[in-house]
Amino acid sequence: MVGIDLLEVVDVDVALSGRMVLRDVNFRIDHGEFTGLIGSNGAGKTTLLRVLLGLQDVVRGRVLVHGEPMTRSNSSVGYVPQKVLFESDVPVRVRDFVALGIDGNRYGLARRSRHTYELVDEMLESVEAAAFANRRISSLSGGEQQRVLIAHALVSKPELLLLDEPLANLDPGSAQEIIQLLHSVVTNQHVAILLSAHEMNPLLPVMDRVVYVANGRVASGTTEEVVQPEVLSALYGHHVDVLRVHGRVLVVAGGDERGDSLVADHPAVVLE
Amino acid sequence: MVRWILEPGLFSNGTVRTALLLGALVSVVSGVVGIFTVLRGQSFAGHALTDVATAGGSGAALASLSPLLGFIGGGVIGAGAMDAIGVQRVKDRDVATGVVLGAATGLSALFLYLITLQTSTTGSTQSILFGSIFTVGPSTLPDVALLSVVVLVGVMVIRRPLLMGSISPELAAARGVRLRMVGIAFMVMLAAAVGLSAIAIGSILSTALLIGPPASALKVVSRLSHAVVLASVLGVMATWLGIVFAYDSYYWFGSGRGLPVSFFVVADVLVEFVAVNLVARRRRLRVVEEPATTAMPEQVGWI
Repeated sequence: MVGIDLLEVVDVDVALSGRMVLRDVNFRIDHGEFTGLIGSNGAGKTTLLRVLLGLQDVVRGRVLVHGEPMTRSNSSVGYVPQKVLFESDVPVRVRDFVALGIDGNRYGLARRSRHTYELVDEMLESVEAAAFANRRISSLSGGEQQRVLIAHALVSKPELLLLDEPLANLDPGSAQEIIQLLHSVVTNQHVAILLSAHEMNPLLPVMDRVVYVANGRVASGTTEEVVQPEVLSALYGHHVDVLRVHGRVLVVAGGDERGDSLVADHPAVVLE
Repeated sequence: MVRWILEPGLFSNGTVRTALLLGALVSVVSGVVGIFTVLRGQSFAGHALTDVATAGGSGAALASLSPLLGFIGGGVIGAGAMDAIGVQRVKDRDVATGVVLGAATGLSALFLYLITLQTSTTGSTQSILFGSIFTVGPSTLPDVALLSVVVLVGVMVIRRPLLMGSISPELAAARGVRLRMVGIAFMVMLAAAVGLSAIAIGSILSTALLIGPPASALKVVSRLSHAVVLASVLGVMATWLGIVFAYDSYYWFGSGRGLPVSFFVVADVLVEFVAVNLVARRRRLRVVEEPATTAMPEQVGWI
């Protein structure tokens, strides 16, 4: 597969209820890359992830995995949703939930094999969740559940893992642990990651590339290429400043007249 | 004491033996299907299907057809109607269920009225609504057994996608589970379970077997396979005890008139539910006091 990207999104437009929410989306992700999908709440990050999963139709454009059109339930792509509300009476242990990542879409009478549970235990070890393997999933904390959801997505050995706001609702300590865990997944298992978040700073140390969503448009490239005043101003359609303070990045709305002259179709928006 | 509980002739009575066998089959099916009904938050749909089954059962009685055929046929048509009206969101599902429930109840009222005119008695009405397992003949058993096996195998075949969809529809869809197809298949099995239960304890009370034992089981176990087994055992216990008490009740007041078996079954289900909740509550309190251990034996299972 030399020369072919793991994921390629080409000229994608997406409409919801007749309203265009994403336009001219272009980016690509290669094997073993950690990519941040950054944007404010409501920017269209979840919609874009649904497109990549084949759950949302596009008005125009293509999504290619290994150069082939993306199909629903592509085994190359794993997914961790934003929130799974585990009801307290759900009779599912952590091990069984992770095993559903292998056979949750299979019909039939066959029993689960010992090999399946070996894979599950291996995966739980790799996300440091083996200690609560036999607990009821609803009894776990938010951070523990996040680890289990990641194990559930990784157990089928995907090449690309999509995560929808996995850091939301986590305390800063747990969020850092999850980021380090995901970084080790990229490094050790060579799985590419696309993680959506509205705050990019926690991801800066581990992020190879960024896909920035604003105003229905997308800019992608390295952090240095994308997080620039000109690029983000073009995305937002008005002037924004990018401030770098103690290694942290702040994107703030600018207050001068320069924004009036900016156009939304700035050539720098797509940096591939 | 034993003689007082198990009146002479209990197990030599053919009607009782048929009732015990029928009750066991129906309870196991209700336990298995009921676990998923509770997990999917479809207790209301289950209840509505009992009303639809009433319409089917009364329609069948009016047309002199098999009540089992009526109960199940009505349930399946009702399940299809609910799906056709809307299943995409929980709210849509509730609205669809409510609409079908209302229409079915109206239809039941018409059929039951016509039956009363036809027979000049209320016996059939009583039997359809509240059932009597003692009135089911042994010739019905093979049909009930066959249907029970079909439903149980059907649930086993779709159990994993069904569980995935019950835990997180979003995750299930991302894994390629056809949620609509699985949902329709389950509704048909639910309708069949309600129909079977209606034969035993009447259409109105069939929700008790469908929801009570599974809701109790889900309080105390942490594995799906264990929940299914416990719900079935609780259901069988409730039904068998109900049969024993109803049989005994012929001798209780010296009147020679027994009390309805459906009443005893539903009362047993309620007692089990309360008892299991007390156990679950005590267990929760103990867990808070003592830290839980995580070492568990290696297990390979169905789920």
